[in-house]
Amino acid sequence: MTPLRRRLLFGIPLAVVVGGGTGFYEILHHMKEGDYDPHYLPSPLVGKRPPAFSLPGAYGMQGFTNTDILHPPTPMLVNWFASWCIPCQQEAPMLAQLAKMGLPIWGIAYQDTAPNLASFLQTNGNPYTRLAADVSGLTAINWGVYGVPETYFIDKTGIVRSRWAGALTDEIVANELNPLLQRYS
Amino acid sequence: MRRVFRPTGMTGWVLLAVLFALPVHAQMVTRDGVTLTQAQETRAENIGDQLRCLVCQNESIEASGAALAKQLRVIIRQQVVQGVPDKDITAYMVQRYGIFVLLKPPFSPLTWLLYAMPFLGLGLGALLFWLSRRDSAPPPPPLTEADAARLQELQNY
Repeated sequence: MTPLRRRLLFGIPLAVVVGGGTGFYEILHHMKEGDYDPHYLPSPLVGKRPPAFSLPGAYGMQGFTNTDILHPPTPMLVNWFASWCIPCQQEAPMLAQLAKMGLPIWGIAYQDTAPNLASFLQTNGNPYTRLAADVSGLTAINWGVYGVPETYFIDKTGIVRSRWAGALTDEIVANELNPLLQRYS
Repeated sequence: MRRVFRPTGMTGWVLLAVLFALPVHAQMVTRDGVTLTQAQETRAENIGDQLRCLVCQNESIEASGAALAKQLRVIIRQQVVQGVPDKDITAYMVQRYGIFVLLKPPFSPLTWLLYAMPFLGLGLGALLFWLSRRDSAPPPPPLTEADAARLQELQNY
């Protein structure tokens, strides 16, 4: 057996184990840090306008249709949430802060009832400029929503530029939302 | 004169309708609130088996108990009843949720490594097998004269 062959025979399996181990370590590390979620799905809606829909208002507020978000005067967020959703409660302070900064947030209550929605908004505050209800959840399916909360960033031409599944965090706002706002304002 | 029962007019049509409705009705099934024929249900199950539940992500839409999976099962069945082709129903799902919804995604720049993995593994195994082969032992040196004479002596017995 030549020395080269002996080295390869030892080195190739070692490289596979080291490479695999590093890869798994990185995955687990980023999952722990919270910046990698293996369940995360990219949204096919990014780069497109939301599909046609027309949703009634809720909580005494005005609902909206897809044509209402075709040409918003400033970039805006569409936030899917539900009163029965725990991360939505955790997200509420962040949404309140963004709304206070002047960012329009339009809400869609996903499969919710009027009394539950009212008590949720009274407890957690109401950051929404407009609020629609998708009681059947069929509009959510057309948007590709697979859980709540989900937040869509819509630019001034009505095109979805980003979608976040799960609660908006400080990291997301600092690293993703703020750059988008600078770019599309 | 004997009265013979002769289905005429409205009665006749009703009887005919019942007669034809019976065998069809026997094959109807209801799943998730949608009534369809057994053949349509089988078609719907085949489609649903190939789609991933977005909530649990390790189950098909058919197998999942999630509310969203149930809604998608209803949509599949409604489209099957309407006669929408299988590939259009699959395209409906892909348009909304991306290719991740397919339990068997198409070969693409995103998935080629996944499909190439078994062949890469096999190639690596073959390489290691080839590297670990043993050299055949060198041929023994020719016999010396003394050894040859000894061999001859032994063979003479």
